[in-house]
Amino acid sequence: MTDNAYVARVENLEVKFVSRESTTKAVNGVSFTLKEGEVLSIIGESGSGKSVSMRALMRLLPSKAKIGGEVEVNGKDVLKMSGRELTRMRGKEVSMIFQEPMTALDPVYTVGDQIAETVMRHEGVSKEEGLKRALELLEFVRVPSAERRLKAYPFELSGGLRQRAMIAMALSCRPSLLLADEPTTALDATVQIQVLILLRKLQKEMGMGVIFVTHDLGVAAQIADKVAVMYAGRIVEMGPVRDLLRNPLHPYTQGMLASTVHGQDRNTDIEAIPGSPPDMRNEIRGCAFAPRCKHATELCRTTEPPETSPGEGRAVRCHLVSGMTGAEQDAPAYA
Amino acid sequence: MSNATTSVPSGLDAGGLDQLSPDVRSYWQMVGFRLRHDPVTLFFGAVILFVILAAIFAPLIAPKDPTLTSMIDRLKPIGYKDYLLGTDELGRDMTSRLIWGARSSLLMGLMPVVFALLIGGALGVIAGYVGGKTNMVIMRIMDVFYAFPSILLAVAISGAMGGGMLNGLISLTIVFIPPMCRIAETATTQVRGLDFVEAARATGGGTGSIIVTHILGNVLAPVFVYASGMVSVSILLASGLSFLGLGVAPPTPDWGLMLSTLRQAIYMNPIVCALPGVAILITSLSFNMVSDGLRQAMDVKL
Repeated sequence: MTDNAYVARVENLEVKFVSRESTTKAVNGVSFTLKEGEVLSIIGESGSGKSVSMRALMRLLPSKAKIGGEVEVNGKDVLKMSGRELTRMRGKEVSMIFQEPMTALDPVYTVGDQIAETVMRHEGVSKEEGLKRALELLEFVRVPSAERRLKAYPFELSGGLRQRAMIAMALSCRPSLLLADEPTTALDATVQIQVLILLRKLQKEMGMGVIFVTHDLGVAAQIADKVAVMYAGRIVEMGPVRDLLRNPLHPYTQGMLASTVHGQDRNTDIEAIPGSPPDMRNEIRGCAFAPRCKHATELCRTTEPPETSPGEGRAVRCHLVSGMTGAEQDAPAYA
Repeated sequence: MSNATTSVPSGLDAGGLDQLSPDVRSYWQMVGFRLRHDPVTLFFGAVILFVILAAIFAPLIAPKDPTLTSMIDRLKPIGYKDYLLGTDELGRDMTSRLIWGARSSLLMGLMPVVFALLIGGALGVIAGYVGGKTNMVIMRIMDVFYAFPSILLAVAISGAMGGGMLNGLISLTIVFIPPMCRIAETATTQVRGLDFVEAARATGGGTGSIIVTHILGNVLAPVFVYASGMVSVSILLASGLSFLGLGVAPPTPDWGLMLSTLRQAIYMNPIVCALPGVAILITSLSFNMVSDGLRQAMDVKL
């Protein structure tokens, strides 16, 4: 590990999807760093670019995607890697958990075979050794009667068990960075909590860095050390989880928190953010959130807000923040 | 990893596995279990086995030389002298000819399907996985062949290249490539977009290993089932080609050819004339039934 010990460093990441009809700018200048053993949660609504920026970390995007900026994992430049280096890195240094445990496991192989496959690929061990490791891994992720599950096909397992199997597969080679793409979204509430607690525990045990994409603020509050809120391909606000959720600065974050259920009176309406996110195929002038923002001024509509740091470890992109810090306290505290 | 688990079991040979194993079957055990409980498929499977054995051991079990003619014993009925199933229009023993005929029928039934499966399947997987222009070029070429009715295409190709077994085989292979390709392409396109392919890439799988393990593993079952259904069609088409004189050349015994030559004697000895047709019917029916049974037995989702 290098001196700065960043597991991941992303600098001014840009991802464009170029097709015949249009160019979609999915990610516009995202920067963040992740230290060893740290959990970063990326929050944003559908299409805000959170999954895309995460896949860019592994270069798991279709060939029509143009990636710009700098992406470093364990000090190595991912964007300059050759195909061989990429396959060596994927699954070994960085691995990923997917949203749908139903489709993320191959239906024609047993769970054990699939976990063993990854182990065999990266460590060059025999099939028996791979299966033995798979069994240990299943026990590691607290799968009950692991011997039996090892020989089970994915369709024989419940959603929670499948997600655990996915986690076992992702952790099989002790990655230093785990990317989790809404891993609990497809699970029901009780299982969701179990998987979250498990992930947090495993993360602490193994000391790996985790980037956790979600659109559920409660989930983020549970697992993250710091939170990045994405809107229209940009990180609009970033900071330690407690500060950010208690004292959100960006109007978008405030609106998001206001639109959740958190013990307000029965008959009060839940506030929703009016409007819908911008079409990413169009050029966005000024602040992308301005059309939906109730505080928007003329400045917001014409100039893109620069990143400012209103407090320790915090960053926000909003013209109003300087005049607003501490004043805008009507947003409810969360968690 | 072992430091995190409290009790590391001694491996797969641990005693605990024996207690748990009774309710777990591997995939092939499951397929075997289903087949054993499917009497229809078992019966028709036995028929196919019988035909295959007859074809392999034809020189041993055929009572007479299938090409030996007799001017006196022409078109004799079933059970005449020692001719178990009578004689044909040249006085040749029908029993021996039917047994020997199983060879060319099976060969013409299986080989085109196998070749088409390899070529069409490979083309389909490539078209499906690569997509884009490659897909378009391959699939449009297949569509051109698909536009003709299969029997017409087989007759046209065989007719252009002349008769004979090899040409018949080639023409039937060409006939079967487009449907195989299309099945493989459809299955591949479906599988390619699924998360587990991306998951495989995310764990460091290269294109080659992804195609071999994850794509083929999922594409093989539908393609294989479809191919087993094509065997009966292939037998019928091959017989049709022989019937039209485009397949096997006389005097080689072949069911389609026998049917063709014997049809002139249909008023003299209708039962004997129908025998090659019955053989074709039973064989292709059996392949169809077994194909159906296999599809049910091999379905993971059932």
